[in-house]
Amino acid sequence: MMEQLSIREDYKTKYGFNEDVQTIFSTNKGINEEVINKISSRKKESQWLKEFRLKALKAFFSKSMPQWGADLNRINFDDIIYYLDPLSKKSASNWKDVPEKIKNTFERLGIPEAERKFLSGVGAQFDSEMAYHKIREDLEKQGVIFVDPDMGLSKYKNIFRKWFGKIVPILDNKFAALNSAFFSGGSFIYVPPNIKVALPLQAYFRINSESVGQFERTLIIVDKNAELTYIEGCTAPSYSKDSLHSAVVELVALEGAKLRYITLQNWSDNVYNLVTKRAFAYKNARVEWIDANLGAKVTMKYPSVYMMEPGASADILSIAYAGKNQHQDTGGKAVHYAPNTTSRIISKSVSKDGGRGSYRGLVEVRKGCTGVKSTVRCDALLLDELSRSDTYPTMKIEEEDATISHEAYVGKIGEEQLFYLMSKGLTEQEAMAMIVLGFVSEFTKTLPMEYAIEFNKLIELNMEGAVG
Amino acid sequence: MTELLRIEDLHVEVEGKEILKGINLKINEGEIHALMGPNGVGKTSLGYVIAGHPKYKVTKGNLFFKEKNILELRPDERAKLGLFLAFQHPVEIQGVSLNHFLYTINKKISNKGLNFLEFRRSLLERANLIGITQEFLNRQLNVGFSGGEKKRAEVLQLLTVNPKLAVLDEVDSGTDIDSLKTLTAAITEVNKNGTGILLVTHYDRILQYLKPHYIHVLIDGRIEKTGSSELARELESKGYNWLKQEVYAQ
Repeated sequence: MMEQLSIREDYKTKYGFNEDVQTIFSTNKGINEEVINKISSRKKESQWLKEFRLKALKAFFSKSMPQWGADLNRINFDDIIYYLDPLSKKSASNWKDVPEKIKNTFERLGIPEAERKFLSGVGAQFDSEMAYHKIREDLEKQGVIFVDPDMGLSKYKNIFRKWFGKIVPILDNKFAALNSAFFSGGSFIYVPPNIKVALPLQAYFRINSESVGQFERTLIIVDKNAELTYIEGCTAPSYSKDSLHSAVVELVALEGAKLRYITLQNWSDNVYNLVTKRAFAYKNARVEWIDANLGAKVTMKYPSVYMMEPGASADILSIAYAGKNQHQDTGGKAVHYAPNTTSRIISKSVSKDGGRGSYRGLVEVRKGCTGVKSTVRCDALLLDELSRSDTYPTMKIEEEDATISHEAYVGKIGEEQLFYLMSKGLTEQEAMAMIVLGFVSEFTKTLPMEYAIEFNKLIELNMEGAVG
Repeated sequence: MTELLRIEDLHVEVEGKEILKGINLKINEGEIHALMGPNGVGKTSLGYVIAGHPKYKVTKGNLFFKEKNILELRPDERAKLGLFLAFQHPVEIQGVSLNHFLYTINKKISNKGLNFLEFRRSLLERANLIGITQEFLNRQLNVGFSGGEKKRAEVLQLLTVNPKLAVLDEVDSGTDIDSLKTLTAAITEVNKNGTGILLVTHYDRILQYLKPHYIHVLIDGRIEKTGSSELARELESKGYNWLKQEVYAQ
């Protein structure tokens, strides 16, 4: 028990702190049309968008909860605040204009420093709104757009509406509907043809207040032969009450484009993290989802790539770490809608202290899509007898001319491995951390160096108190 | 002479079976001891017990390192005191480079505070001594290593942490004659600086290059004979059976 406490304490000092920030505007708890009316009028939204939200709310009520995956029965949708705005002026482009306490939070999390050192632009969301949004001027001049969705819709209406809600429709699933009804904050990115954005753009999502649901929405369009790396991170204070985070992410990679989307999810362990992420990849385009899930009480997330035209390729790398009372139900989907498309899904899960890691994935090849290649590999590492790992792979292969491979592996940390490392001078905890970091190194290697270091530290933090 | 290791009447069980039945052994600074004997007599077990393997239960006796009873210490605590075990069968650790591993154990043991680049420079010098290339250092720890490569990697760890006492479990098996020469030359260097060596071996081949001060023959959980390097030659010509018969005749 003491060890568990120390993990929480450690998370609390580093990420789980909260600031007493004044609320500028908030809806009451509860899920109903009135909340949407309030959000829409606060944001001065068009009738079109308001109707979109109302339609989504109807869809939310009509859809049943998923009857598979993690246990979601304890979510009380009427005990959640769906919109909380801590800002009188949003999306500042200078940290000086961000309210003191909010700025302090992001400074403690190292966001402005990272921005100065190695990013092309940053968006920082605090509860329901973006407190800061900035892209480097040279990129802005080249026509790269990086704004919040409100701005995207008002200023870049045509391109925004062309794709918004098309990749992940309202009716896709109950939580996509929920997000569509209440979405606020997130990113809208457009990269013009042939522009290669060298340094990543980053968004950081911070929940600060208790009982607030966060429903950010991200839409990224990378035009022909353009390239982008996008990174998102997230943390929250550790509250005794559960929180809900339900995002929708829509990606479009047009002909020849390359898009790499990196997630370092580190929610506190009272957050339900239920996210729909999907990409459309067109001719010869490549989409990579690099998705790490460390925190949260429950995660259900299966980043998907729909390969719409020949030559498209998908790479999905999903990492999950499930500790005590955590269920990480993660994986990926590769949908081959065109011939000569290629996909790879690698899933790695680590479970300890009774945590549960589940791989859930889909490979689908439509009839007539010849020359498809797909590889799926899911590896699980169990750190003790209490922990659990399952795999739920689905294959829907309608075309005979497809090369599909699937491998699964479950391993345990052996006494001999631990003794070997300990005899050389590592404590049991350090030895376990080394084995776990080695196990996920395939993932760490894909990260920019600064994030790889951060990720390794997070794993080590999670390993603390792993052994008594 | 400073005493490093003192083993007194050590009895050890593994999974309910007694495998060491009263071992007595003393190793001083700078000494080389060879522990010989046929297969399955407990040579490797003794190394594991010294290093603190949790599966090996000491039922009687004592184990002192530099006058301190270390029986209650964890393996990592023993390593930090200056004990080192080169494994006969090193364990594979996926995704961890040899390079990173050496940097980590160097930090844990010698605590010299070298940064990674400084460390790497000095590491490359040591690695070259025993024929380890930069590419080899980037490989995953023991993963897919040949028998000889495993031994070289263990000896490189020895050179890196520079322990007070090293138990080297069959560093000679699986190595060709050239590797054996370079490995024993490196071990000799470490020994010259005062490191005590307990060399566990099956054959006397290695003893042509590494001259032990004492040879102990372990049979059926007991050290039945201790002698000088002469003993090794006698064993080689007469075989272990000769000693066994002598033991059982008593």
